[in-house]
Amino acid sequence: MAEGAANPVHETVAAVFRAESRRVLATLIRLLGDFDLAEEALQDAFTAAVERWPADGVPSNPRAWLVSTGRFKAIDQLRRRAKFDASLTSLVERLGDGVTPAPDVDDGVEDDRLRLIFTCCHPALPPDAQVALTLREVCGLTTEEIARAFLASAPTLAQRIVRAKGKIKAARIPYQVPERADLPERLATVLHVIYLVFNEGYSASSGASLTRHDLSAEAIRLGRLLVELLPEPEAVGLLALMLLHESRRHARTSAAGDLVLLDEQDRSLWNRAQIAEGTALVEQALGSRRFGPYTLQAAIAAVHAEAPSAAATDWAQIVGLYDVLLRAEPSPVVELNRAVAVAMRDGPLAGLRLVDAILARGELADYHLAHTAQADLCRRSGRTDDAIASFERALSLARQEPERRFIERRLAQLRAHRD
Amino acid sequence: MKYLCLIYENERNWETMPKEESEAVMGEYFAFTDGLRSSGRYVAGEALQPTQTATTVRVRGGKVSTTDGPFAETKEQLGGFYLVEANDLNEAIQIAARIPSARYGSIEVRPVVDFSQQPEATGQQAATA
Repeated sequence: MAEGAANPVHETVAAVFRAESRRVLATLIRLLGDFDLAEEALQDAFTAAVERWPADGVPSNPRAWLVSTGRFKAIDQLRRRAKFDASLTSLVERLGDGVTPAPDVDDGVEDDRLRLIFTCCHPALPPDAQVALTLREVCGLTTEEIARAFLASAPTLAQRIVRAKGKIKAARIPYQVPERADLPERLATVLHVIYLVFNEGYSASSGASLTRHDLSAEAIRLGRLLVELLPEPEAVGLLALMLLHESRRHARTSAAGDLVLLDEQDRSLWNRAQIAEGTALVEQALGSRRFGPYTLQAAIAAVHAEAPSAAATDWAQIVGLYDVLLRAEPSPVVELNRAVAVAMRDGPLAGLRLVDAILARGELADYHLAHTAQADLCRRSGRTDDAIASFERALSLARQEPERRFIERRLAQLRAHRD
Repeated sequence: MKYLCLIYENERNWETMPKEESEAVMGEYFAFTDGLRSSGRYVAGEALQPTQTATTVRVRGGKVSTTDGPFAETKEQLGGFYLVEANDLNEAIQIAARIPSARYGSIEVRPVVDFSQQPEATGQQAATA
């Protein structure tokens, strides 16, 4: 398609590819029962489109044309291979003659995309493979793009994807939207994969930051697709959470690439359109009364988003939301966040007592943000020496460059203040 | 398609379990097996004697070596199995989740190779990622 830009039909094919290739792939996987066969068929179908659309004209339903052409090409290909490999004969028979279109070529296409998502995020696949497979098959990223985004080598990523596809085939992971009874657990895996992709793009802010920003955008796109196909409250809540976090992207790093904490961010840099959309989605999810942890975290982010400043934030409401979140999903990290909110509501000493108690239990001993929180509360309570000791522990645990620079800056300020 | 459900649990649980409780679990096993049989999903199933009865055999350089105990010491031991017929992994997982020991130990679900089918079922396939 190299010379495509000059030819309007080639441009149409390119546009159809961008808009439809993932849907066509999702349906071909269902019809052919095989990921690799479907990917080959997808390529063949678009090659055929480039050859035939200029003469025959663009079909009225390009997607249906691509699906039936891809299916025909795949069966044709298999039939030729079956001459040398008898084991393929039964597969060819099962797929039919390839001339009569399958009855449901264009039905349930949205279901096919949902099937694809649930298959890529099947809990029987290892989590890193779920992420890689989803980005590859659902989002259409190349193996190289995924490898760059996750700072992994392309062969490693490719092998992860090959193994996952091998397991789908060998263990016969079905191409299905899970039954009602299994849906909550299975949806949780899908949401987790999307959130992992988002966080990978959101928390990294050095090195390949541009590519990683794309990961957040990709996660939001996935979140939108899921909400469109399956508007479950927690899917809505996750989309809201991602939008509300994303709205602060430009405020959370300085021009020099340094981390800026929430209370010091220039709130005029927050993206109001994303906040408005995220807040509306939170209200929608909360209204369902079937919400869970993602919706609650989004609700907390929404309270921050509507506050004109850190001081003017409704901290009592945030503490209340953390209480509900702790009941829904008990975790020391949530406890830590709640303690920080309590400090904002009742003063640093009240928060410090809670943080000290959490650290004393040992669960978060290696979590640098727990020591950063402790250090900051000591600093605000005027306990400079304790603050320095805690920041030093945090620095020994922090891995990301902007975070390390932030801690070093704080340490320098405190040491200057003490001396 | 056949799946082997391997039942792993800490076999000492059975030794320390009160009699009424172990009888209750055995009752559950009988009911589960009957249900599996009547659903047509049952192919085979056995419970194994504890690992202290196990013997590991190896042949190296044509010589048989025999040692006491299982191949590897682990926290959970293989205690039994069911071979089931299921349409796909989801169905096999649903069956495995109903095995009483799933609540105490864990069930490893493994697809069985069908040599009468495609050779690629052995996992050797030229997939393109």
